[in-house]
Amino acid sequence: MDSSTLFGIATMAYILAMIIYIVYLAFKKPQIGVVATTVTVIGFITQTFAILLRWKEFYDIGKMGILRAAPLTNLYESLVFFVWCLILGYLIIEFKYKNRSFGAFITPIAGLALAFIDLTGMDKDIHPLVPALQSNWLLAHVMMSFIAYSTFALAFGTALMYLILKTEKRTEPSYIFWTVTMGIFIVILGAMGLDYLTYKVAIKNPDVLIKSFLFKASFFSNSTAVSLISWIVAIAFIFLLWRYGYLLKKVISAFSLSPEILDEITYKSIAIGFPIFTLGGLIFGAIWADQAWGVYWSWDPKETWSLISWFAYAFFLHSRLLRGWKGKKIAIVAVVGFVMVIFTYLGVNLLLSGLHSYGSME
Amino acid sequence: MEKEKDKGFIDRIWDFFASIRLAIVVFASLALTSVIGTVLEQNADPERNIRLLAKLFGNAAAPTLFNIFESLGFMDMYHSWWFVTILMLFAANLIICSIDRLPRILKVAKEPIKPLLEDRFKGFGIKKEFVMNGGLEKTKGAVSQSIKKVLGFNPSEVKEESGYQLYSQKGNYTRLGVYVTHFSILVILLGAVIGIFFGFKGFLNLPEGKTYSVAFSRTGSMAQTQEFERVLNAVEASAGNLQNASKLLGIDENSLRTMMRKFGIFPLGFNIRCDMFNVDFYGKSDMPKAYRSWLSVIKDGKEVMKKIIEVNEPLKYEGITFYQASYGLVPGGVENGIFRFKVTSKEGKTEELNARFGGSFTLPGTTLTAKIEDFSPALGFDQATNRPFTYAKQMNNPAVLISFFESGNRKFGGWILKRYPETWALPDGYTLEFLDLWGSQYTGLQVRKDPGVWIVYLGCIAMAVGLFTAFFMSHRRIWVRLIDERNTTRVIIGASANKNKQAFERKVDKLVDHLTETKKGGK
Repeated sequence: MDSSTLFGIATMAYILAMIIYIVYLAFKKPQIGVVATTVTVIGFITQTFAILLRWKEFYDIGKMGILRAAPLTNLYESLVFFVWCLILGYLIIEFKYKNRSFGAFITPIAGLALAFIDLTGMDKDIHPLVPALQSNWLLAHVMMSFIAYSTFALAFGTALMYLILKTEKRTEPSYIFWTVTMGIFIVILGAMGLDYLTYKVAIKNPDVLIKSFLFKASFFSNSTAVSLISWIVAIAFIFLLWRYGYLLKKVISAFSLSPEILDEITYKSIAIGFPIFTLGGLIFGAIWADQAWGVYWSWDPKETWSLISWFAYAFFLHSRLLRGWKGKKIAIVAVVGFVMVIFTYLGVNLLLSGLHSYGSME
Repeated sequence: MEKEKDKGFIDRIWDFFASIRLAIVVFASLALTSVIGTVLEQNADPERNIRLLAKLFGNAAAPTLFNIFESLGFMDMYHSWWFVTILMLFAANLIICSIDRLPRILKVAKEPIKPLLEDRFKGFGIKKEFVMNGGLEKTKGAVSQSIKKVLGFNPSEVKEESGYQLYSQKGNYTRLGVYVTHFSILVILLGAVIGIFFGFKGFLNLPEGKTYSVAFSRTGSMAQTQEFERVLNAVEASAGNLQNASKLLGIDENSLRTMMRKFGIFPLGFNIRCDMFNVDFYGKSDMPKAYRSWLSVIKDGKEVMKKIIEVNEPLKYEGITFYQASYGLVPGGVENGIFRFKVTSKEGKTEELNARFGGSFTLPGTTLTAKIEDFSPALGFDQATNRPFTYAKQMNNPAVLISFFESGNRKFGGWILKRYPETWALPDGYTLEFLDLWGSQYTGLQVRKDPGVWIVYLGCIAMAVGLFTAFFMSHRRIWVRLIDERNTTRVIIGASANKNKQAFERKVDKLVDHLTETKKGGK
């Protein structure tokens, strides 16, 4: 059995777990919860084996030493590792807080990340390392960055749930914020899925998708009618989410999830993630850049965006100390912080390089 | 009156600089302005950013927008006066906030823990109360032992009216973690400033076989003027000895140094030579595996260092570091380069041979003359027609076309490819390996001198230590009152932690379990 089969099984398990967690949310039967956890654990163990197997496969191909064969060298592998960390973090929380309701919010993030891999037709092949990546810093830098990213993702999930629980009125800025953010998230993913289905044949990798076909099947379609309908559907969807979003609150509040616990998990996740991100992401990144290129800091878009994310979380940690900044405002900062992280991770590679390439296909 | 008012104003400024509010404003403004700097390409051709703006805001608005952004310094915004000002505000905030708060925190950290009055025990977040069998002295010993064993604290004790009080603390200095982190940012900024003022960042494109005593700055006026060439030639002719170079130019050494600074020519203080450059590929693919340069350092006419550098494996000499950054072809490299071969005879004798483009050589031990007819840096064969063609400019698959003559008659010939040993075999059992076209490539080196980098690294270490103390360690305190109730002893525990209270509470629970179990065991 090779690693990709195992990855496939893990993906299926997570998607199945997501469905079972949602069913569990709806019916609140403890047995269903146990099944959901079991399926998640099976998925996690399978994925662990898959990662180790891919590590070995990489080692056999690259022949560069075990530390340099870590499967963390491209978008696909890093997304897989991110999902792994996220599920691990979730399982720890489930165990510690004895509450399964988060599962319905965390497994969709894992599912979406894995779906994103397939939606963009990402390259899954093993490629030998280019010279710049042949360093032992790769393992420490990438691994720690992704551990931090997954703690930020957890904080994002709990902060969003906190906002759902705490907002009362539709006219409240915090309510508008979370419904619109969630709406835009879903719309973008949906539009990208549509791009993929329409241009499946022409897309070789995510770069091509983003640079040449992004939203071509919807918002930027050559046909005015399609484009117009897309905008209307998107706005209608976000409007509906805004109109009926409070229903989600009923679902969450049906569980023993107090806003205080959510707030605590948000803070703790970030308090764990922030030092790890600073050390592994920024400091190790700088040392590596210094070794490879002779500059520890060059304000390139990737570095700058990770600094922007860092500032966002520094903002979060300091604003807690300010009077009048407790609760919803802080939760919004945690949500915005994770949007920055996503942009650091995907947007810089896919969007900014696209902006700077002037539409050339080559 | 006047004085008080004045003081109030200064106090307000002080409070402003010491405030967390300023910190979060600084975070937000650094983050938001940095976003713009990642969208607009920094230090790029104006053309590129105008096209970018046209893409985002339409053709009509682009030139005006560009002018506005440029006058605000956005085209090199991380070095613009206002961005540097925000960074200075950041530094001022850190310094003043520390001066403001540190003395108080230091006092708390240094202060030895004291026993508490009875009524203070009510206010603790972690509170335990239970009764133990056994007299006061025995219980005191057991509690003291358990605190040592379970918590790792070393409790002090004091005699009270009704019994004893035990008290202890740990991690009082972890309260300084935040300030270590803040201080580390200042250290990193200091290191960066030292690098900017006393360091050098430049490049050197060094052809195979050439020696240089300088590197070039990217920001200096690199116009290839006659004067630039004259200065460079004089410096290189005297192998980096500026005294001799200034004599050659007929000027004094100081004005030579000024001119070099103006032209962006940085004297290394020694000579560096590229002996060879090579790209290794993965198997038969065109995927690069390693870029390698064989470098030699020459000081005062003597070779003092030799190293093969790669990406991630730089060479460092006298505080100057050379990084493998790029490579390329030297103009006229094919005509001026040397073709290097290794011949192996039928008997297994090997010999190295050199030749020029269009030149010829005799195969040792034979009457065959080999003539170099053609060269391709990247030879491929058309799949349909099998005709050779060059598929890349760089040396991806170097190949040389050789014809073999015997007394003027062409016997055989063909392409010999460096990366394909099967093309090296000659009809009569000889092999002719194509080693290299030496002198045809240059290695692109990034050259850097940064005396501030160690300060930056020290700052990074301090930051890691500070952050981990600040987030993962806490100041924990515990007070235990033992009240004599004749044959039993009442134990009242009050404990606090400035962070992660739950974890400490779990430990205290363990302590209680330990004590109550001891009690059972004693029965």
